[in-house]
Amino acid sequence: MKKSSIIILIGIASLIVGILVYGVDFSTYSTITSAQKSPGKFVHIIASLDKTQPIQYDPINNPNYLSFYAVDSLGGTTQVIYHNSKPTDMEKSDRLVLKGKMENGHFECSDILLKCPSKYKDNKNNLERNLKEQTGN
Amino acid sequence: MIQFQGEHLLPGQLGHFFVILAMVSALLSTISFFSSAYSKDLASGASWEKIARYSFGIHAISVMAIFSVIFFLCFNHYYEYMYAYKHASKELEYKYLLACIWEGQEGSFLLWAIWHVVLGSCFMMYAKKKEERKQWLSPVMGVVALAQFFLMLMILGIYFFGVRIGNSPFTLTRNEIPAPIFSRPDYLNFIKDGMGLNVLLRNYWMVIHPPVLFLGFASTIIPFAFAYAGIQTKRFGEWVKLVIPWTLFSVAVLGVGIMMGGKWAYESLSFGGYWAWDPVENASLVPWLIMVAGLHTLLIYNSTKQSLSSSYLFMILSFVFVLYSTFLTRTGILGDTSVHAFTESGQAINIMIGIFVLSFTLPMLGLYFRNKKHFASVLQEEDTSSREFWMFIGSLVIFLSALFVILVTSIPVYGKTPLLKDLILKLHGGPLALPEDPEFLYNKVMVLVAIILGILTAISQYFKYKHTDTKYFLAKILWPTMVAALITLLVAIFGPLTYEKHGPGFLVAIYIAFFAMVYAVVANAMYIFTVLKGNLKFAGASIAHFGFGLMIVGVLISSANKKVLSNSNANGLVIPAGTDPMTRKQDNQLENLTLLRSIPAKMGDYDVTYLADSSSLKESGRIFYKIHFSKTGKGAKEDFNIMPDLYMMKNSNISPNPDSKTFLTEDVFTYITNAIDKTKVEDTATFEVKELALKENTMFSFGYVKVDSVNVNPEDQRVTYTNKSDNALMARITITLPDSMHVMSKPVIQVKDNNIIRINDTLYAQNMIVQFEGVDTETRKVRIGVKRSSSPMDYITVKTYLFPYINLVWVGLVILALGTLLSMLKRWNASKMTIVLTLLLSGAALFYMFLIAS
Repeated sequence: MKKSSIIILIGIASLIVGILVYGVDFSTYSTITSAQKSPGKFVHIIASLDKTQPIQYDPINNPNYLSFYAVDSLGGTTQVIYHNSKPTDMEKSDRLVLKGKMENGHFECSDILLKCPSKYKDNKNNLERNLKEQTGN
Repeated sequence: MIQFQGEHLLPGQLGHFFVILAMVSALLSTISFFSSAYSKDLASGASWEKIARYSFGIHAISVMAIFSVIFFLCFNHYYEYMYAYKHASKELEYKYLLACIWEGQEGSFLLWAIWHVVLGSCFMMYAKKKEERKQWLSPVMGVVALAQFFLMLMILGIYFFGVRIGNSPFTLTRNEIPAPIFSRPDYLNFIKDGMGLNVLLRNYWMVIHPPVLFLGFASTIIPFAFAYAGIQTKRFGEWVKLVIPWTLFSVAVLGVGIMMGGKWAYESLSFGGYWAWDPVENASLVPWLIMVAGLHTLLIYNSTKQSLSSSYLFMILSFVFVLYSTFLTRTGILGDTSVHAFTESGQAINIMIGIFVLSFTLPMLGLYFRNKKHFASVLQEEDTSSREFWMFIGSLVIFLSALFVILVTSIPVYGKTPLLKDLILKLHGGPLALPEDPEFLYNKVMVLVAIILGILTAISQYFKYKHTDTKYFLAKILWPTMVAALITLLVAIFGPLTYEKHGPGFLVAIYIAFFAMVYAVVANAMYIFTVLKGNLKFAGASIAHFGFGLMIVGVLISSANKKVLSNSNANGLVIPAGTDPMTRKQDNQLENLTLLRSIPAKMGDYDVTYLADSSSLKESGRIFYKIHFSKTGKGAKEDFNIMPDLYMMKNSNISPNPDSKTFLTEDVFTYITNAIDKTKVEDTATFEVKELALKENTMFSFGYVKVDSVNVNPEDQRVTYTNKSDNALMARITITLPDSMHVMSKPVIQVKDNNIIRINDTLYAQNMIVQFEGVDTETRKVRIGVKRSSSPMDYITVKTYLFPYINLVWVGLVILALGTLLSMLKRWNASKMTIVLTLLLSGAALFYMFLIAS
């Protein structure tokens, strides 16, 4: 290609690379235990809802406060506080991706992503459960 | 062997037969098309082509038949078939019947295949029409037929050496789900209904968005196949002229398809906007961006014989990224990063999708690099005053932005790639994840892209191909520049952009991007009048660029000035938003506001009251909420209702649908994030009952109650009289509360068909239910019961946003699509009548869908 366009191309590419390298703090998938060791660091945690502990959400008093306990596959557990409304189908989800950081002994969550078995219904266990509910068998 | 009762096995067998027929005929057609393309002598080439065309015809009929059978199964609710059981249900409205077909993997593969068949058939007619096009038929169609072969494999469902190839849509429920019920011959009597369409997807966009998007995806195969044909026939540059209109078609349809997804997300998926940089959205945007880049390099080649090599590359990569996006969204690899990717659907199908992607990507890239020397253009002195120079820079920027988007989107893939995974672990200290604010990562790169593209879109058309006189250029560009600068200045003074979340530097970047895009709008509008002298026939490109600029202007304003209305406070108590200890910035997380029924709350300039709820008559579990907004004070008085709704699931979870009030300059957008499930509320309070004489205040535990009058057989909408013996009494009651507030209530007691019915009056604001217990016939005293509960009886939690000038996004998109279509028709030498009719019809349809139907 032409010389000047190559120069411009390299210029733009290096600009983008520069932004990425200096301006972006890519996060890490972490475990609860290692997140607890480095409080204040923004991480992603893959965990599931601890169903033995209560979910606290009282929209009348404060619709922007949700508290629950999460447990990850290595057995680490923590209280999670999420300043937003309770995500739909949270109890049904089999996996939660929590984004946030450890703070004062709890996980201060800024975003929750739910993985629901029902979402695209391609999960056989879910179909089986549904069938049993319907047929009473 | 059990004889099962009531099963309809014939349609399934028929469907299965057509799947096999479709696959075999696609294979035969592929082989014959390629044999025809490679045969040296004309006669055998022609006979191969004939075989190929006939087998493609059989294939086309079979694909349509498969679709009809699936439709038949879902329409008749034949739940012995897994597909009907999984996706259809009896309560589903008819308009969703098609939607439930493409909800599943198999159905959406089929939809894709159908569009390939349609496009392939159109292409064959197109190629037969003129002598110089005929040589392209076989190589192009060979590629299409090969893709069809792979798509048919995906829905084949036959075992080879113990491995199931593809998932058939005609499997039986009893073979797929291991449940004891299936040991009964009469099991079908117990399956009352299918699972139905996911409530999240019950929206009319689910009916039209997938077909349009898949037509867009499918259409990228024609330019790809042309690129192959260019190499195969060794007529390396001759295909360019022919492919340009097909590319324009692809750009228009795929662009509209993507933005339909955005509009759907905005209208009903409660993502809080029309674009969230979700991996699934990105995966469809990338092929479009590359196709747009490729369109511009094709145009350059058409006029100057330059940049053939990049045209090849872009045409190839656009389709390759369609395949890659199939891989991303259908294999479950995005599992942890996307809200709406398919979850895992089995190892076998994942491997097959992988093979499909690689067998198109690798050979084609191999051919490209082996023949690269043939694409080289004649070296000549570059001229920065030529149109092709700036167009090429623009194409490169678009291409690079596409690469950037796909590199970030592919982050989950890196963690699953063997060698790369270890490298990342070593360098990064853990699996790579998106940063805290992923949208900002995209936005800060894309705002730079917008700046460059806006300016290039504005100036490029004023350059001429090869060389432009500087004086001519400066004279023409002067006015657009001044006007755009003036508009930006006026906006900065009178309606400033106020995006402060990422500091003043980013706001300045947004302002420059705003200027650049306004520049693009103004310059292209003026180009039509000053250079083209208003001749719209040649103005396709300018119209499309005008629309593009307008769309991005809308994106910039509506995103930068998006306001959360529902964040003021909760029930009068100001809850301080958390402050991020690292950045010292306010966390903007308090976006939910609880509205107690009948009690007004403040939201920005509005007084907002949750008035009432009502259940849908058509769909069970769907509830509508009426929310009243009013704005008083200086300026215009506004008064309107917004009716968001939700599906209440069996486990009290909700699935909300937003509603918005659209004004010319802004949208008030609301959805429900929490609501009580009234069927599950346990009431522990009891009625406090007293006998009251007329017009006398009687003391209750909470205040005074007075019966003002009792009406016999009142005319009230709550009361209906069917028999002559039906009687009703309605008490008019005044309740005085300790804060000396008066509340009116009208409970009713009715004798209907010799039964006593009490119609209680609920005072939501006071948490009270008032009941008319009866009348003492001797003393003429009235027995009134009042129940007061300690917690609010009905409330909803909402999120409300204000999107200013969002209509610019949709208007811009419609104009972009129409301009592109105009160019396409022009290049196909369509008659004036055809052009006008097509543009009118598609314009009306798009305008209706994007701006009126909601």
